[in-house]
Order: sequence, then structure tokens, then C-alpha cells
Amino acid sequence: MTATTQGRVAPGNLAETVFRIACASAATLLLAALAGVIVSLAIGGWPVLSTFGFGFLTSSEWNPVTDVYGAAGPIVGTLITAFLALILALPLALGVSLFLVEFCPPALARPVAVAVELLAGIPSIVYGMWGLFVFAPWFAAHVQVPLLLAAGDDTWWGKLVQGVPNGANIFTASVILAIMILPYMSSVFRELFLTVPATLREAAYGLGCTPFETARSVLIPYVRRSMIGVVMLGLGRALGETMAVTFIIGNAHGFPHSMFDSGSTLASTIANEFAEATGALHGAALMALGLVLFCITFGVLAIARLLIGEKAA
Amino acid sequence: MNRRMILALGAVAMVSGLSGCGGKSGAANALNGAGATFPAPVYAKWAETYRSAKSVAVNYQAIGSGGGIKQIEAKTVDFGASDKPLKPEELEKNGLYQFPTVIGGVVPVINLPGIKPGQVRLTGQALADIFQGKVKTWNDPEIASLNAGVALPKLPITVVHRSDGSGTSFMFTSYLASQSAGWKSAVGASDTVNWPTGLGGKGNDGVSAFVQQTVGAIGYVEYAYAKQNGATYALLRNQAGNYPAPTADAFAAAAAGADWSKAPGNYIMLIDQPGQDTWPISGATFILMHKQPKDAARAKAVLAFFDWAYTSGDDTAKKLDYVPLPDSVKAMVRQQWQTSIVANGKPVYTRRPSKP
Repeated sequence: MTATTQGRVAPGNLAETVFRIACASAATLLLAALAGVIVSLAIGGWPVLSTFGFGFLTSSEWNPVTDVYGAAGPIVGTLITAFLALILALPLALGVSLFLVEFCPPALARPVAVAVELLAGIPSIVYGMWGLFVFAPWFAAHVQVPLLLAAGDDTWWGKLVQGVPNGANIFTASVILAIMILPYMSSVFRELFLTVPATLREAAYGLGCTPFETARSVLIPYVRRSMIGVVMLGLGRALGETMAVTFIIGNAHGFPHSMFDSGSTLASTIANEFAEATGALHGAALMALGLVLFCITFGVLAIARLLIGEKAA
Repeated sequence: MNRRMILALGAVAMVSGLSGCGGKSGAANALNGAGATFPAPVYAKWAETYRSAKSVAVNYQAIGSGGGIKQIEAKTVDFGASDKPLKPEELEKNGLYQFPTVIGGVVPVINLPGIKPGQVRLTGQALADIFQGKVKTWNDPEIASLNAGVALPKLPITVVHRSDGSGTSFMFTSYLASQSAGWKSAVGASDTVNWPTGLGGKGNDGVSAFVQQTVGAIGYVEYAYAKQNGATYALLRNQAGNYPAPTADAFAAAAAGADWSKAPGNYIMLIDQPGQDTWPISGATFILMHKQPKDAARAKAVLAFFDWAYTSGDDTAKKLDYVPLPDSVKAMVRQQWQTSIVANGKPVYTRRPSKP
């Protein structure tokens, strides 16, 4: 965001004209592609939306045999896993990035930063398989079973931890998602903290602030507006993640009844069923799920936009 | 200079585009098929061997049975593939013909401490009750009565099913629906159903992993997968009242015992077929073609490929743990080819007289 000359270029400069047209058409193309996605999802999902109407969003029955479709289960699963992942990842990402910027010995900072960025490059199916074969059994044996044994069935937290003790549930899916969005968030956070002018930090230290106080009252407030953007980026990725979640969420339609119950998300349902959806209505229902996911993501990003706008004002 | 570069890029794009088209519209030197994932390994191996033997390339895209049916209906491929046979009226509507290629089967796998493969016996009704959540523990009388002398633990049963739509689920739920009126009315048969209980794993791997990781679990996988992984399987009672082990012979017996002559359009499920040693959850996988292909040469080439596979592909299939069709079924299908696929009033396939 370097400020360059803003003035209009003299007409007749061919290169500038071409450049401007190229940029404008890139932007237009993007909007057209977005509109195309919405329109084709709406057309594809129309048979189901017109059959079930608003009930498609509120019903949790999903039965390809009788051609009855309701998206409430996957919608709830998507929102729970995405927000839970965000809650888990946010403090970690902040911690990693503050450590890298404030406390890490300079010789270590670079390798650790690269390692964090490498984490972002691991394909999601690898996270999914790791989750299924390594994390889920460990989690079941060392967390889920002890909790199940300790909890009474009637207490509120006993209800919260009920489920098949094999690690395939909403909570482990959220943990995997958190690990997946962590590198994105911490890497951008780090870049953000590096933009804080050195004079500000030095001033804070000069006033006798501890590192914690500096982070709390100088670093974080300075980048707060941009931080909302990072959080929304992470949330957007968590909402749409498909492969890793499919492996570990247990893939049960309907509402999850506890933290350790199987569930499904919009993206995982589409990924699971699209290839074999032969019935006309089944395919349409999956397209409609796509539309719902698009709207949720769009809504989340719009809210982010609003939040950022408010802070700026 | 800029303009020259753009022209050059355009030329490159045009040439590559043209050559892309050339492969498709030219002589039948590369055949395209798409569909079911279950037979994909054997189709790929057949294609590889066929290419080196006859210099004809066959490209197979494993996009799922649903995708295969859609693509052959849209005529974007030379043949489609589905694990789920189309009903005669569906074939008629789209002018399609289907024939089987290889047989597979579904095996229930379990995880019980101290229980060896083949030690636990189940009926279709008991299996349906387990998967419906009616039978909740392993020492339930319904299971115990079938397994006198087997120490069944008092463990809760965890049901594991496929989360992705699959021909395996279709075969499995079709079997349950054929054995249990309760399952048929409450759940039904399809490649994706509204599972009454349990959790879903993605693919055979996912189901297998959850079963192995959960004591007291029961799931179902393809026969080839169960065999290659040495899974602990349960035995099922067949129509004759026997409990055969799930072997290639037991699946072949299902295809041989079935009455194909009473299956118009080859719409046949090899579920609970007669025979002493028949495995009850078997099924063929199918190829879909147009009855009146617009390109006779390509249709002929497709049939030539499967003719070759019927003749020379059995060993390959067996090595990959697929079960070849019995000779009687192959002969019947070859007979059908001569009358079913017609272009310009002439059959595209004529059987060369076999050498004595």
C-alpha cells in the first residue's frame, strides 16, 4: 500500500490505457465469475428449493432414498466447527506471531517463520489422514474415554462429552481445522506486527512497559483493524474446508447432540455424495447446499467488512 | 514486439486446441470411459495391457457411478460404468444397453477382542437389526443364538458405514432390504441412505480405520479390501442355510447361480442368490453404452476391448482380487452384443469364430 502518484495520466499514453483496461477487465471478470457461480448454483438447486421452500433450511432430515432433503444439520455442523476452530486457533496464532516478533532470538525467527508457512502448504487430505489415523485414536484414548468415564450421564458436561469413543466427532474436526488455519493466521499476524513502527514499540518500552503490556496496549491496538480481516480469512477457510473434515467428522446427517457426536458440514456432504448422486433431486439438493455455503461465506465476509468499516470511522 | 508475442501465444493455443480435438474426433485410437470407482483399478490395468497388445488406448476416469451415468447419457464418453445397474425402463428412456464386467462383493468386518475372522455368524435379519440400532450390544440374544460356543462380550455395538455415496453401500443396503422388512420400510436401498445410527467413514479406508480403532465396531467393506487387509470378517447365512467364507469362489457362485435369462436389460442384483456356497452380498459392475451409437467404429472398438478383457483379462482381475464372470455369463453377454448395439441397421459387433 505504498502511496504513488494518484493523478490521471495524460491521454494518449497507450501503455497506461491498456493497463487501465486490463485491470478493469480483471475486476469485471471476477465479478462475472462470482455472479456465474451464484446463478448456476441457484439454477442447479432450484428443484429442491422450490420443492421444500424455506423448510430446506430448517429441516434436518436428509434421505436420498425417499428424496427428502433438509440442510439444517450440515449448516449447524459447519457453523460449530468453523467457529470452534477459530476460537482454538486465534490465541495460538497470536501467541506464535507475538513470539516470533517480540521474544524469539533473531537467529531462530526466520526458520520458525518458514516452518509456519510450510504448514500452510500441506494438502488438506494429509491433515485429514493424519487426523483419522493418528490424532483421532490418541484423542479417543487419552481425552474422550477418561471424560466419558468421569462424567455422569445427567450432568450438563456429561451430555456434552457423550459419543462413540473413537475420535470421529465435531470437536476433533474443529481441532484439525484449527491446525489448518493456524499457519495462515499466524503468518499474516506476524507480517502485521512487523508493520508496527519501531518508534512506537521503543516508546512503549521506554515508558517502562513489559513485553506483555507492549503487546496489549501498542501492538494489538495498532493492527486491530487488519486483524479482523485475518480472522475472517481463517473463518472463511474453516467454513469451506472439505477433505480433512470429511475424514474425521463422522459424517452423520442431522443435528449433533454433543461435542463428541458425529456430524457433517455443508462442504463434506457435497464432497461425499456428489459423485454418486444419480437422482435428479439428490443432485439438486447438493447444489442447493453449495448455494447455502456460498451465502454463509458471503454473509461472514460482509459482516467482516462492516466491522472493519466501523472501526475505521 | 508485444503484439508478436500475443500472436505467438494465440497460435500455440490454437495448435494445442486443435490437437486436443484431433484425439477425440479422429479414428478410434483412444477410447474414453468414465464412471464407477470400484472397478477402476482393474479397468486401468486392462487398458494398460490392451494398449501394449493392440495399440489402442482406453482412458478411464473414475468419477463415480452417478457421473458415469450422466456422461454416457450426455454422450461425452464412449462408455459409462456403474456399480448400480440401471432399471430396464431407465435404459429404455435413454437408449442405453448395459452388461456386466466383473463381480465384487461386500463383507461385514468387526472388531471384537479375541474374535478371529469367520468366528462370528450373522443372518441378514440380525445384520439389519444391528445397522438399524435395534440390537445394541454384542451379547444380545439375537446374535448369541446364532453363535453358540462363541464368547461374545457385553460390549456396545458401534455401527460404521460409508459416508460417501458408493456402490458398496448400494449392495449392502439392497441386501439388508431384501432380508429385513423393517429395514426396507424404514431405510431402503441406495448408494446413500439416511443411516439410522452410527458414523460414516470416507471410502473403504475410512470405514476400515474406524472399525479398527473402535472396540465393538461393525462395518462393511469391499471383498478385495477386506482380503488385502486381513480384516476380521463375520460370516453370513446364505439362502441354503450355510455360512460360506467370503472367497472368490463364493462370489462367482452367486453370478453362476443367478438366472440372467429372467433379467431384462441385465438388471440383476446378485443378492442372496441360490447355491450351497454362495456369498449373499455379491454384485456385478456394469458398462453402459448407447444402443444406437453415433460413431459405429468407436462403439465397435469399445466392444473389442471388453471382448479382449473377457478373453484375456481374468488373470489380471484375479490378481487384483476381483472375481471374473463365469463363462456362461460371458457367452450370454457376447450373444447380446450381436443384437443389442446397432448402427445404420447393422450390428457393430460380430463374434469371430473362436479357434478350436
